[in-house]
Amino acid sequence: MSKFNALLVTSFFLLLAGCASQDIPDPDMTDETYDGQGADTDGMDSSGLGEGEMIDYDPTAGELADVVYFDFDSYELLPDDADIAARHGLQLAEDSSLSVRLEGHADERGSREYNIGLGERRAQAVRRILMLQGAQPSQISTVSFGEERPIAFGSDEDSWSQNRRVEFKYTN
Amino acid sequence: MRKVIVLVCLLLVSLSSVVEAQLVVEITEGIKRRPIAIVPFGWEGNGDAMPGDVAQIISDDLTRSGRFAPIPEEDMLQKPTTGADVDFDDWAILGVEAVVVGRVTQTGDNAYNVQFQLFDVFGRDQLVGYRMPASRGTMRRVAHRAADMIYEELTGIAGVFDTKVSYVTSEDRPDGRLYSLIVADQDGFNEYKIMESTDPIMSPAWSPDSRRLAYVSFEDDRSSIFIQTLRTGNRIKVSSRAGVNGAPAFSPDGRKLVVTLSDADGNLDIYTLDINSRQTRRITTHRAIDTEGSWSPDGSYIYFTSDRSGGPQIYRVSANGGSAERVTFEGGYNARPRLSPDGEKLAMVHLVNGNYRIAVMDVKRKDVLVLSSGRQDESPSFAPNSDTLIYATRPGRKGVLESVTADGLIRQRLASGDADVREPVWSPFQRF
Repeated sequence: MSKFNALLVTSFFLLLAGCASQDIPDPDMTDETYDGQGADTDGMDSSGLGEGEMIDYDPTAGELADVVYFDFDSYELLPDDADIAARHGLQLAEDSSLSVRLEGHADERGSREYNIGLGERRAQAVRRILMLQGAQPSQISTVSFGEERPIAFGSDEDSWSQNRRVEFKYTN
Repeated sequence: MRKVIVLVCLLLVSLSSVVEAQLVVEITEGIKRRPIAIVPFGWEGNGDAMPGDVAQIISDDLTRSGRFAPIPEEDMLQKPTTGADVDFDDWAILGVEAVVVGRVTQTGDNAYNVQFQLFDVFGRDQLVGYRMPASRGTMRRVAHRAADMIYEELTGIAGVFDTKVSYVTSEDRPDGRLYSLIVADQDGFNEYKIMESTDPIMSPAWSPDSRRLAYVSFEDDRSSIFIQTLRTGNRIKVSSRAGVNGAPAFSPDGRKLVVTLSDADGNLDIYTLDINSRQTRRITTHRAIDTEGSWSPDGSYIYFTSDRSGGPQIYRVSANGGSAERVTFEGGYNARPRLSPDGEKLAMVHLVNGNYRIAVMDVKRKDVLVLSSGRQDESPSFAPNSDTLIYATRPGRKGVLESVTADGLIRQRLASGDADVREPVWSPFQRF
């Protein structure tokens, strides 16, 4: 496992820990045991109690974004988006029956064929991360639509930033 | 596989359907126009009127050039149809420089003769006179050819009225987006849809004989380069590798395309592709994005866009490969190089003060002249006379076409229906 890979996984744990710590106090649940309905003796019963088992963190579980975004005229992934790509990579590495098409896009500014180039380079930047996580080349295809398939239609930074993207399209 | 073939056939069925929307020309800027008279042509044949008003077509062409102001018919003191009847005094008094007279004679069921004469009013002499055969189907082209001859005689610049333009439209439909590849006469008439698809169509390029178009289509969510013969609608797929198949441009001899392909690592480079053998030859090998190749008119160089210096700039390389030489240094974004057919000017997309504009660089002197005034102007394409360019601009949500003379003095807007219009390419001179 590369250093980069290990770093990514560590950052997932940190992210997870951050979320979990906010979930622990749950006043509604604790209040219910003091609502005057009398003692609940179920808690005294020890039947059915077993040893239990450790669970592994599964980075491929939960909501996983299927799009990552880029800066203007850039094909470098931002750190958070690199993490999203890495999770897709782990998912592909774990299940070799999966295959994904990476669709690269650009905003409307500048020349159309150059934007095809930008979209392809963006898709390739994502592809490299997927392969770093163990995805096989045969599982990944890329296509660049340049500026031809925008998802936001304004001529402003808000729309442009939404259009500079790579979409993960699972084909199997 | 069978399904794909059926799909392609369906796509090509629309081949000879005439599109209803026509390009409407609005002249947005210009210079002082020379007064000229195009006298209504005489008609000898069956029926009340000739098939196609030749004088009107010539008059519209010359008006659209931005260089001439044909006088209204009601101001004319005489309406001769042959040179012998022209009274130069009647025209000199109106201040017109030149007079065109002519007639159309029916010679068969679908056969006509069109003749015209151009006179210099002050010199009291004929500048050019010509007679051409025509049919109902070729009448507009014959009129455009007459306009070309008149224009060249009066300006010294070859006329491009008998040429075509191809472009891509994109329309929002209830069932999704529809992309169309259109070919139209230069004046917007006779718009034909030669291909349509729910997937993007890009980068049309004319063959030097103007009989074929190369283009990129994203059918089946992958890019492929096709060459389609206009008259038959037959098309061949010449490149469909994994990754990018883009930016085709024909070599001056019509035997090769320069294309952009990506290798296994997604590195985009310039290749030449022999159309008959489909053999490719890699011209550039660089980690950067190399794309948008186009040939110098003599076929010796390929000009292309590369971001090898950071942002996109224009480079050129021998058409046989070798080391590339940087061509543009002014500004941080120069892309989509197209050389004028006379080899003297290089058109490009040029970023200036946050706006993407069309500029031309004098190839020898290296000075850059910005020609357009939009925010997002793209796809410059030279007319075959090297004097005028067409490009796409986006004043609002939708793209429209504009043309501009290479000196920047005459600029026109060409409006086209409701569709989003992009990627205009001007045909070569039509030799048939």
